[in-house]
This record gives sequence, C-alpha cells and structure tokens, in this order.
Amino acid sequence: MAYALQQLINGLTLGMIYGLIAVGYTMVYGIVGMINFAHGDIFMIGAFLSLIALTGLAAIGITSVPLALAITLLFAAAIAALYGWTVERIAYRPLRGSFRLAPLISAIGMSILLQNFAQVSQGARVKPMAPLIEGHISLFPDADFTTQISAMQIAIVITTLLVLGVFTWLVTRTPLGRAMRACEQDLKMAGLLGIDTDQTISLTFVIGAALAAVAGLMFLLYYGAIDFYIGFIAGVKAFTAAVLGGIGSLPGAVLGGLTIGLIETFWSAYFTVEYKDVAAFSILVVVLIFMPSGLLGRADVEKV
Amino acid sequence: MTPPSLLEVHELSMRFGGLTAVDGLSFTARASEITAVIGPNGAGKTTVFNCITGFYRPTSGGIALSAPGDGTLALERMPGHLIARRARVARTFQNIRLFAGMTVLENLLVAQHNALMPSVVNGLLAVFGLAGHARAERAAIERACFWLDAVDLTARADDPAGALPYGAQRRLEIARAMCTCPVLLCLDEPAAGLNPRESDELSVLLRRIRDGAGGEPGCSILLIEHDMGVVMRISDHIVVLDHGRKISDGTPADVRADPAVIAAYLGEGDEDEVTESAA
Amino acid sequence: MSAVSAGAAALRDAFLSALVALGLFGAMIGLKTEVGPTSLVLVPRPWAVAIAVAVVFAGRLALLTWRAWRPAGTPSPRRLVTAGARAGRFVAPLLLVFAITLPAYAGRYWIDLGILVLTYVMLGWGLTIVVGLAGLLDLGYVAFYAVGAYSYALLAQNFGLGFWTCLPLAGLLAACWGLILGFPVLRLRGDYLAIVTLAFGEIIRIVLLNWVSLTNGPQGISGIPRPTLFGLTFTMDGGPGSVADFFGVEPDISQRVIFLYYVIFGLALLTNWVSLRLRRLPLGRAWEALREDEVACRALGINVTTTKLTAFAIGACFGGFAGAFFATRQAFISPESFTFMESATVLAIVVLGGLGSQLGVALAALVMIGGTELFREFAEYRMLIFGAALVVMMILRPRGLVSGRTPSVSLGSSRQISADLISQGRG
Repeated sequence: MAYALQQLINGLTLGMIYGLIAVGYTMVYGIVGMINFAHGDIFMIGAFLSLIALTGLAAIGITSVPLALAITLLFAAAIAALYGWTVERIAYRPLRGSFRLAPLISAIGMSILLQNFAQVSQGARVKPMAPLIEGHISLFPDADFTTQISAMQIAIVITTLLVLGVFTWLVTRTPLGRAMRACEQDLKMAGLLGIDTDQTISLTFVIGAALAAVAGLMFLLYYGAIDFYIGFIAGVKAFTAAVLGGIGSLPGAVLGGLTIGLIETFWSAYFTVEYKDVAAFSILVVVLIFMPSGLLGRADVEKV
Repeated sequence: MTPPSLLEVHELSMRFGGLTAVDGLSFTARASEITAVIGPNGAGKTTVFNCITGFYRPTSGGIALSAPGDGTLALERMPGHLIARRARVARTFQNIRLFAGMTVLENLLVAQHNALMPSVVNGLLAVFGLAGHARAERAAIERACFWLDAVDLTARADDPAGALPYGAQRRLEIARAMCTCPVLLCLDEPAAGLNPRESDELSVLLRRIRDGAGGEPGCSILLIEHDMGVVMRISDHIVVLDHGRKISDGTPADVRADPAVIAAYLGEGDEDEVTESAA
Repeated sequence: MSAVSAGAAALRDAFLSALVALGLFGAMIGLKTEVGPTSLVLVPRPWAVAIAVAVVFAGRLALLTWRAWRPAGTPSPRRLVTAGARAGRFVAPLLLVFAITLPAYAGRYWIDLGILVLTYVMLGWGLTIVVGLAGLLDLGYVAFYAVGAYSYALLAQNFGLGFWTCLPLAGLLAACWGLILGFPVLRLRGDYLAIVTLAFGEIIRIVLLNWVSLTNGPQGISGIPRPTLFGLTFTMDGGPGSVADFFGVEPDISQRVIFLYYVIFGLALLTNWVSLRLRRLPLGRAWEALREDEVACRALGINVTTTKLTAFAIGACFGGFAGAFFATRQAFISPESFTFMESATVLAIVVLGGLGSQLGVALAALVMIGGTELFREFAEYRMLIFGAALVVMMILRPRGLVSGRTPSVSLGSSRQISADLISQGRG
C-alpha cells in the first residue's frame, strides 16, 4: 500500500512535467492545426538554459535556493520563449495556409536543428547537477516500506500548479486568451473580426515555449541530469499525452500528462522498467481505439 | 397501377444528444419514381439521407430496401460501403464531394471500383496483368463515356474535377453516382447554385435517369431540393418534413394544396422559400 | 521608397535580427557547461557568440539586400526550383542511365554512397504508396524496415536460410505486421494516426532492444550472410563456388559491392514498377480517391478499411524488402539503426520529392542523403545542416520538388494536374 502510494506520488510528479509540455503541443495544435515537432526540443533547450543559469548563479555566489530558482525560472522561460517565437517566425509562418505536410516536415527539420544545435554548443555528454533541494517528508514510517515525498517533488508540484494557474487565468480571463480561443475556433473568421492572428499565433508559441522551459527546469531538478536527447523522448511522451487527453483540449493535456506519468511509474514499479514506454504507447492505442478523440477531446463529428 | 414500393422508411428516429433531428418518420419511395423530400432548413432532410446511406446509424426505426433478386435489405444495420455496394443505393452530397485532384474520367472509374476489383486478391493479381483486368477496364471506360455523354462532359473528360465550373461539378457528381449502377439514387440538393437554364437541364437529366435510356435500366430517385420549380416539375411523389416529422405526403398537387405545408413554410420558413413555393 | 531609406530599414531589420540572435545564442553558445572536478563549471565563449551574431547580422542583411536589389531578370529561388522541376522529363532517363553506369567508372566510395541513396530511394518509393497515394500519414515506417531486417537476420541465423529465400519472407512478414498494426488504427484520422504509427515504430524498436534472448538486444546481430549470385558466393579467398573462381578472376571486394549495388537498384526498380502499375489499377485509383475524399469513397461502395490496409501492407512489404537488403549489406544490425530519425528522413524525402512523384522521391533522396554525405567532413555540423536544409527546402518548395499529378488514364491527351487541386489526405 505504502509502495503504491509512493508510486502514485512519483507518477504525479512526472505527470506534471509531461502535462506542462503537453499543454504547448495542444495549444499550437488547437490554433494552427499542426504537430509542433520542435516543441520537445524547446523543452530540452529550456532544461539547458536552466542548467546554465543555476550553475552561473552558484558561481557568482547566489546561494538562496528560492531566489536562484525564481531567477532561473524567469530566465529560462524568457529565452525559451524567444526560441519559440523564432522557430514559429522562421519555420512555420512562411508555411501558414500551405499544405498539411509541409509544416510537419519543417517542424521535424527544426527539431533536428535544435537538437544538434544543443549538441554542438553544449556538448554531447550527459550533464549532471548536484541536487538543489534536499530533504523529504516520510509518511507511515512504521510500515515495512516508508513512503517519502521529497521536498523536490513538493516544489515541482507547487510550481507546476502555480504556473498552470497563471496560464489558466491567461487563457480564460484576458483579452489575449479570448483572442487565442477565437483563433482556435476559426482562424480566418478571427482575422476578419480584427484579431491580429499572426501576433496571437506568435504569442501561443511564446507561451507554449515558456511552459516547456518550466517543464525543462522541473525535469532538471527531478532527474539531476540532462543531455541533448531528452527533448525527443519527453516530446514524444508529451505529445502522446496531448493526444491521449484529446488534442486541442488544455485540461485534457494535463490529464493526459498525469495519465502517462502514472502509467510509466506504476509499470516500472510492478513490471519491467524497460517496457514502460511500450506500456504508455499501448494505453494510447487502446484509448484511441475506443475513444477516437481522446479522453476530453471534442468528438470529431463527420459532416456530410 | 402504382409501382411496387422500393424503399420503406419505418418510424425512423435520429437523436444527437438532446436534439431530435428526425422523429418517428415513415414514408415510402416507389420504384421508378422520383420522390422528393422537402421542408424548411433544419427539418432533418439531410439526416434522413445520412441514415439511408449509412453515414448515421439511426437511433430507432427501420429502413427496408426491396432489392431486386436479393429480398429485403435492412439498411439501418448495414455499413455504409455495403449500402452502396450490395443494396446499390448511391448518393450525392450537399457540398459537392468530388475527387478534385483526379480527372473527370478517373472519378467515374473510381465509382466502378467494385465492378473492376471484386476482391483484393483480384486487385493484386491485376498487377501482373492477370484476372482479366484489361477487359473490365475497357467496359468501365465505356460506361463512363456513356454517362459523360449523358451529362455533357465528354469534352472535359481529361480535366481535373476540381477545375470544372460549379454546375458541371454537380452533373459530374450525379454521373459518378450513376456509374455505380444504383437502383436508388439519393440526390442532396442537386439544383443548389444552378442558374435557371442549368436547373432545366437537370430536370431533363433526372427524368432520363428515372426512365432509363440507351440501354440503361431506369433508376428510382430520392431527392432533397429547395428549388420548388424543379421539385414540382419532376416529382412523382413528395414528402414534406418539418422539425423532423412528416407533415404532408402525396402528389405535387396534393402537397401544394395542403394547409399544413403552407403553414410550415409561411410560419417558420425563410422568405426565399415562401416565394419559391408560391412560384 | 528611396534607396537610402530602404538601406536604413534593411540595416535596422538586420540589427534586430542580430539582437534576437544574441538572446538566443548568448547563454546557449556563450556559456558552455563542462563537467568539472567537483561540479559543473561554465566556460565562457564570448567569441563564438560574437561570430554567431555577426553571421546572423550579415546573413539577414545579405538576404534583404539581395531581395531588394535583385536584377529584374534574376529568377527567385522559388522559381529556379520550379524550372528545375520542369526539366524533370529529361532528368528521369538521364538519372536512370547514370545509375546503371555508375559502377563502371566510380570508385568504391561512390558505389557505397550509391547503395545508400538507392536504399532511401526504395524506402521513399515504398512510403509514397502509403503517404503519397493513400494520404495516410505514417510516422513509423521504420518499424517495417526493422521487421524486414530482423526477419532476414534471424531466419539466416536460426535456420541457415539464404538472402534470396528470405527476401520474399521478409517482405511478407513486414506486410503482415503492416496488417496487424494497421487494423486497429486505420479508422483514426489525421494526426491521431500519425502519433499511433510513431508509437508503433518506437514500440518495435524498444522490443528489439530489450528482447535480448531473441535479438541480442543493443549488441545487435552480426555475421549476417551476404547475398549470393545464383549460388555463387563473394568470398575473398576465391575458393570453389565463389564468383571469382567461377569467372576465373581475382577475388576483389569491389565485386561484392557492385553486386550489392545492382541488387538494391533492381529492388528499387521493382518498387517503382509495382507502384506505377498499381496507380493505373483500380486499387491504386481507390487509394488516390481515398486521399482526395474518404466520405465520397464510402458513398461509392469502396471498403475504406480494406483499401487503407492494402496500402499499409504493400508499403510495409517494400519496407521489409529494403530492411532485408540493409541487413545483408551491413552484415550487422542493431536497434540503433531503426530510430524515429529514419522514419523522419524517409518521410522528408517523400514530402520533399512531391507527394506521389516517383522522380521527385529519387531526386530528394539524392539531394538529402547525397548532400548530407558531402558534409561528412563537418561531422558534428552535419545533422545541424540537415535540419536547416529541411526547413529551407520546405519553405522554398512546400509542395516538393516535382509536384503535380499525371492522370492514371485518359481519353485524349494526358495533362498534368496542378498541385493546388490535389489533396494531401486527412488520414
């Protein structure tokens, strides 16, 4: 029981990270209708930026953990947002309204470009980092298995919830959010009604990239090591999460992320860790066969 | 003597969530007749079509087709492609659905897919020139040419379907449906967007399809149409729907005089339809 | 607008671009993380940033200047590529002659490169059936490549079967996998199908990686037998039963390389022939109709699921052939060769070639694979350039190198159908 609780906690933490990335996929998909393959690599860049910032801050003697984390978060989110903006501007905007597969290939190209850019600029080796937040809370210490919630996990969950809270406010309560939702419903009509669709799409990429950077920081804190290849794996998982939740649905992305995180952790804990990705993908296939538009997606009614 | 019934729709209902689009509808379409289904926008006409052609599975009710030599087929239980293949019910769409990137001729050959390729094995054998494919293809092209001529598109056979003008696309869609050798042709607003001259030509074409000509057997037609001129001119039988229910059923003269129909159009229909039905 | 103010605007634009570049590169290039003795250390690299920013500034300025000052007669790159595509009619036979005669004058290195390019041409032609004709987005094509490769390797290792026996078996097994994988997922639409095929590709790779007792896991399978020429082997000792012995020539490694070259050339031509033939048959026409409009297909009585499955299975079959060839050529395979990168590369070749164009795929494979090979000297920048090239080529030519479609049948003279009318499918 305690063991299962431990897995639940681990799974939720991991799921939060996937959820943060998945939101970026689902937002872009909702508005532009394309799979932003480079999104996972923006997440990776975010993780690297966080690593650079944390190392730099430690080097210049800023030792207060909350302060260092706050600065890193803002720095990584800001620069990653710039990456998101640039990627959209260079690789996707010229192809807007083009054929379905052109932006997809362009996105795959961007993904390869970013991945190799990180490899060339930061090296191919795995970058380890000393744990930043120590300590944990023990639950049921008298049972044969002690459930532990590390302070790191608490920090990750709280930060993610805060960021998602801000993000929800942004989408539901602000004019920008309204413009985004309008563009999602009907891009052309939104443009005719005077919404600057180019700008809205740019901002969607910027916000998605910033969220991915936050996820990158969380990933770095949680695993304590990153390399240039984490973007692909996490990206595929997060995209799976977005599809599982119903692509285009923001709560669905978070729900999908949590589901994937939980499946992975529980599968690793009770079965074989090697096949955890197989488990996650199989669940995706099964869910899609029975619910073709995902858990929370709008049913794709076929108009004839 | 009234012709035998071909299609019997019995107590058909279709609900989408809380919305009842079709509510206990029953009507009969007789063989070698043109049956029109009319009614104000949102009356549920296209939904009925989608149920008959297998795109929707009705919530309740039955759709029986008396297929020649095949007994009675329950269409509400058949998958869409079998309705076209076995029950031989063909249809066109309100928003034209042609294979825009393929030529006119190719569109008509795709329609004869099942005649050309009875099975996948057969289709694969054809790669090696087996399975008598060449002969079947010649026959298919011949049939395509017959219908190209019937809809006056022979000159444009090698043009992409997407490049045709609107009226020609409508005609091509009908020709394509006819290439499947149907016993029942369902037309969803074939006259929409046509000019008066094109509407007249359409009326002639539909009568010709009904009666059969040039070795083609006659084919019954089920027609959704807003253009009352066309409907009154060519229909043998009219079914009027409003809010998913049948409010009138009879010959054009009967329906025109039915107070319930007038009320439905005057009370809730939009202006255009009032003038059209009065015309 | 006067030239001076235009110049000023261009400068301002370039300056802003440089500023963005500074933001992008400042930390990522400027501060390199190195694993130090106790913890990570940052190594500042201001000069690298300065160079990167300067390159962006100069590049942007050059682009803007060139756009503004381009003499009237100079074709834009977009039109240049179009002109190249129009010349396609003459390119195909030339390319064929070039491919046939290549081993006569090229050295070992070029023949090896030719084998690599032809393998991708074949994969591209195989995937074209699925993506180009049937309009189904398959992001996991590498799975069938892997199935083919492992089928041959395992059959050869466990049952001692030769290449020519295993080749059809590998194709058949890959086709079976295509059916098994395709059946549950083909009713999914659009990008749902894309992600599921991607997932299947990954699942197969993970299973190959972890099922050590069967596949030897990450170590892979080595010692896969080479193909024989009507039973004659290409051994170096020139003993009895070898090609060298039979023809009475000195055994030479290049004989085997040339033989492999013609094997893949033949396989690629077979793929091409079958897909060209299928296009003119009801099955191929049904695929294209499916790509254009699935709903209309259903209304015409076409069994959509079966039609999609055949496309999936036949595409997979050619992937399997290519995989078996890959295994015999390398004599060694491991799961590392079957990553998503391969699927992405093949898909990029298909899209860049112009969906459904056989010549386009061949050209795209030549450009992408051959081109990347030319950058081999810049080893670590090679994939960087590959990624950038994908983006640039898609922007210059979103419909691919050779777009447009030749009708499969015609009454009079056959005319090309403009790419704008052709759908890319929703599946």
